[in-house]
Amino acid sequence: MREENARVAPNGEEDRTMTLEAYADTIVPGRKRTAEDRAIAGVSTDGGAVEAGALELLRWDATGIHDGVDDLADLANTHAEAYAAELGLALDEDVPPFVALDYGHRVALIQRLTTPGHPEKDFWVMLSLFCNMAYDSAAHLHTAEAMAAGHPGLLAMGLPRPGADGLVQFEDYGYGRAFARLHPDTTASGSPA
Amino acid sequence: MSNAVERTDVLVIGSGFGGAITAYHLAAGGAKVTVLERGPWLQSSEFEHDYKLGSSYTRAFDFTVGDGMSVLGGNCVGGGSVVYFAAMPRAPRFVFDRHGSIGRRMWPEAVSRDTLDPWYDRVEESLSIEKQDWSDVSYAGGLWAAACNHSGRTANPLPAAVDNTKCVNCNFMMAGCRFEAKQSLLLNYLPAALAHGAEVRPLHEVQYISRTPDGDYRVHFNIVHDEDYRLQAGSGTIDAKIVVIAAGAGATPVILQRSEAHLGTMPHAVGRYFSGNGERLNTAIIDEEKAAALLGLDRGNGLAYAANAIGKGPTVANWDRLDGSLPEYTRYSLEQLYFPPGLGTILAQVPDATGPTWFGAEKKEILKRWTSWLTIFTMIEDDNEGVFGPPPATGNAHRISQQMLGRGNLSYQPTGNTQKAWDMSDAEVKEILEKDGLAKVMPWTNDLVGAYTVHPLASCRMGDDPHTSALDDRNELRGHPGIFVTDGSSVPGALTVNPAMTISALAERAVPGIVAAAREKGVDVTYGAPAPSGGKAGRRGVLPLVDGLTNR
Repeated sequence: MREENARVAPNGEEDRTMTLEAYADTIVPGRKRTAEDRAIAGVSTDGGAVEAGALELLRWDATGIHDGVDDLADLANTHAEAYAAELGLALDEDVPPFVALDYGHRVALIQRLTTPGHPEKDFWVMLSLFCNMAYDSAAHLHTAEAMAAGHPGLLAMGLPRPGADGLVQFEDYGYGRAFARLHPDTTASGSPA
Repeated sequence: MSNAVERTDVLVIGSGFGGAITAYHLAAGGAKVTVLERGPWLQSSEFEHDYKLGSSYTRAFDFTVGDGMSVLGGNCVGGGSVVYFAAMPRAPRFVFDRHGSIGRRMWPEAVSRDTLDPWYDRVEESLSIEKQDWSDVSYAGGLWAAACNHSGRTANPLPAAVDNTKCVNCNFMMAGCRFEAKQSLLLNYLPAALAHGAEVRPLHEVQYISRTPDGDYRVHFNIVHDEDYRLQAGSGTIDAKIVVIAAGAGATPVILQRSEAHLGTMPHAVGRYFSGNGERLNTAIIDEEKAAALLGLDRGNGLAYAANAIGKGPTVANWDRLDGSLPEYTRYSLEQLYFPPGLGTILAQVPDATGPTWFGAEKKEILKRWTSWLTIFTMIEDDNEGVFGPPPATGNAHRISQQMLGRGNLSYQPTGNTQKAWDMSDAEVKEILEKDGLAKVMPWTNDLVGAYTVHPLASCRMGDDPHTSALDDRNELRGHPGIFVTDGSSVPGALTVNPAMTISALAERAVPGIVAAAREKGVDVTYGAPAPSGGKAGRRGVLPLVDGLTNR
């Protein structure tokens, strides 16, 4: 049982943050921050979307979804309750319903919400897109600074590190030899005939 | 004098290929030319290697999500030329004889590969397009060529508008080329247009066109905030004798739709027959050991490939299916491409997934192998099935993010022809790259944002049939003399190759007709400028053709 007054009102800031973290962690899963971490499902051994900064990105006004993400968090919880009722799952009431789902059920619910034909699909796709962007491009951070600070997504993917001038440059770029016959109908300028 | 009516001879909407090329020639010929561009005017020093929202990557780009099709386009002075990958092949001969969805030739009788070649030559000179050698090819292009060869196919280095002596292979050309290696319009047609007195106004987004009492056109624009494109900072009008619309195939029809209430009925084909150039992407995850063993690849540093990040976009294509003797909808090119993180990574799917294909634990594992990704870009013949719905309040999209992301009204439901062609090309990419275990391949999912094009076309197309084309064979809008459309929306259909070269050649070809129309309206302008660099070989090739293009 949770302690009285230990949390803000139902669907308050803390619940919403935890729900959005759980959503982001379903898109790109990461490791638990503490043993008690409930938002992170813990199906991965290194940093995922949450550690990459998904909440910072989602709540930044430049994205245009910043003023809608709290509503989406509430909606995710409404869907999670209905999903649990449909499947006969008992949800731990200490955490928001979406967070109470295990990883497999979180995945299944997001698959439902993003399936073509779902009336809210565009919203869930948009939320998923920004969660993914936090990991694959750190769109809330300057790339060079993110890499210097050990951003989990950019480093795991092996994106090139910009130099001191902030620019990426490669001296070696190709194998320097022919690998195939040219198409017989190639014109003198190198185009298809 | 804020109440004074501002006037120009020729008002050009958009500063990409269709706008910059026409603006240059008209200004050089003596007309007063004003170019309105909805995006910012970025200098080379502002082109950053940074994925943060607000960097040049997001300032210069527009990603418009539609219903069944999302469109990626330029949004800056220079338009698509600033963000594109500079691959400049000519369209194969059979393309001009395509029937598409209308059962008869959809290109104007006057346009064929033979009649367009002199105009292609003119563009080749003006943009310094070079035939590329194998030594210019990136690791990713070399890998694709080797894989094509391993499966008994040919492969070609792509002609490109890139100065290889300046290129640092950063693969950031979608954010603008910092090193001025990519020959964008900022380096040729646009400075030449400015030198001849043309005026370019960034952050001016045209909303609609009306008539003036004396029979000219009045162009209505909003001024867009320079950082947050969702905000507007005023509006205004400019009167012009001639209007050239080149706002891009995702925006030109929307401006015309909104103008219908003021100008009268638009041709039926305005906002219809949109083509995504038949584009589709596949992501291969290369087995590095197999790449070494099967293809003999060796970067000299112990790695066979692991070079997804290195290069200059597409450098090698397979053209074996570009064969005019094959049936329509079975011809396509398969081109090695680079696709940056942020815009497309989420659409790449996990091969042999046991769970979801585009997100989750298995997706994270393939993201960790990102350096070994090879992206293959397919361009098939689609069915021109895109249709624009009613225009949004302003611009061509409801803007969601401060930059880059918006929701538009384009609907695209792939026909059986398009879907079969995609399936066929997907199967061939898989056959080439999965041979002997070289890679695992999956196409991008269309379930999230629909199909995806970086080369929108045909939404206001040229043709001979007034029922299925919006423009005549000289790019003039049917029923609205003095309005010309010269961007990708004028191209009748999918080209099976990258379209910038063809869009540019058609824009060059449209200029004599625009000059003639301007002269009829009393503008003192002539045709015949050399290339922006001063080169005259291209002009020599087209001068004999000019007379045939000046009569309605």
